[in-house]
Amino acid sequence: MQFLSLLLNSASGTDYTEMSMNFMGDFWNMIVQLAEGFGVSISIFFLTLLFALPLALPIALGRMSKIKVVSKLIEWLLLIVRGTPLMLQLIFVYFAPYYLFDIPLSGYRFPATIIAFSINYACYFAEIYRSGLQAIPIGQHEAASVLGYKKSQTFFRIVLPQVIKHILPPMSNEVITLIKDTALAQTLAVVELFRVANTMASSQASLLPIIIAGVFYLIGSFIITRFFNFAERKLNYYR
Amino acid sequence: MSVLSVQNASKAFGENKVLKNISFDMNKGDVLAIIGPSGSGKSTLLRCCTILEKLDGGTIKYGDDYLCKDNNGISGYCTKEQMALIRKKFGLVFQNFNLFPHFSVLKNIVDPVVNVLNKSKEEAKETAVQLLKKMDLSDKANAYPCELSGGQQQRVAIARAMAMQPEVLFFDEPTSALDPELTGEILKVIRDLANEHMTMVVVTHEMAFAREVADRVIFMDNGFIVEEGKASEIIDNPQNERTKLFLQRFKENG
Repeated sequence: MQFLSLLLNSASGTDYTEMSMNFMGDFWNMIVQLAEGFGVSISIFFLTLLFALPLALPIALGRMSKIKVVSKLIEWLLLIVRGTPLMLQLIFVYFAPYYLFDIPLSGYRFPATIIAFSINYACYFAEIYRSGLQAIPIGQHEAASVLGYKKSQTFFRIVLPQVIKHILPPMSNEVITLIKDTALAQTLAVVELFRVANTMASSQASLLPIIIAGVFYLIGSFIITRFFNFAERKLNYYR
Repeated sequence: MSVLSVQNASKAFGENKVLKNISFDMNKGDVLAIIGPSGSGKSTLLRCCTILEKLDGGTIKYGDDYLCKDNNGISGYCTKEQMALIRKKFGLVFQNFNLFPHFSVLKNIVDPVVNVLNKSKEEAKETAVQLLKKMDLSDKANAYPCELSGGQQQRVAIARAMAMQPEVLFFDEPTSALDPELTGEILKVIRDLANEHMTMVVVTHEMAFAREVADRVIFMDNGFIVEEGKASEIIDNPQNERTKLFLQRFKENG
């Protein structure tokens, strides 16, 4: 308890009962504030997945397109998005409407964050999808074609289920990175977990908020890992 | 009654002419074996018949339906809708089976029947169960392809093709990926189908099998049909020098 008090730097009186009550109150207060921040982080996380997971599919297909113009354009998009910092992209997406089109920015912080994250992550997902799509033997397409499956049936019934199995390990990598990358939203002054922790740490001159924030991120990563392990086991019934 | 007719088929990959003026006809119940050295164009011919490749020139006709029609040496292909109808008339068994690994054995057979032929699940299942029984695989209905031997996988592939009730069934070296013991079980299945008068085109390196099961043999080399005739005559008593040489080497090695 004394160790925690030192971390909190709130040990001023000698009445240990009072001090400990103060401490518990402060501690609880801190957890609540950090949890609220984590709620924002989690919304960024899920909204990014919601948009990036489907958006990555046309990007992957475009990258594999036989039409040169399309595949070249996507290649450039991937270079730009993967070749510049996400932090830079956040700032660009946030300020672009104002500087380019003179549109006022009020209330745009959170949407801008989601747009930048979705595009950024869709590009990384797209390359993972592409590796999965290209790993499916041509014989699967040929067998489906000879049996008379339509192109869309072949894709959704034969190819996609096999792609999902292939891409689970690299996707888990990327998704774990995403939960930690949500901390970058503070660039646009979005009050997510890390910003809350950081502000608290400097105002209270204490390391404890940072440690608790770390635990929150760890719990998130732990749940994601468990989810992917579970999914991999579920799809383990075939090779 | 003509089930399949190929006239003056030609096909090139870039400068490399793989099919040169190939013609043959299949009547109902015919069993045709196509033999010849690697790179002679056998597989390409099969792939053109099954719309996995397209001819440059020539005509392919299934019954009364033209898949493609020669016009001054250039093949004009039918519409997508007609192609979908023609696809229902043939089946293809691949060298390396190409079963769908994420489907059980039963689903591999049922799924195309339900989703392509639009039959009811119950009906498709009934057909599948019968075919599996015929292939001696009744106990494997719920297994996944990865749990089966090569020979068993190939039998499932044949059952899957048969479930679509094709008018003609193509085999592209169906035993080349199997060891000699497993080869026997596949050849037995094809022999049984021949006895039931299934119309079949078999690309094969099994000369004894071709001689026994096929009515006719086509010997291909370098994109041409070099020799063609009754199976026993071609294999026992080839006339063309190239055929003689090929079959001789076969005897020496086998």
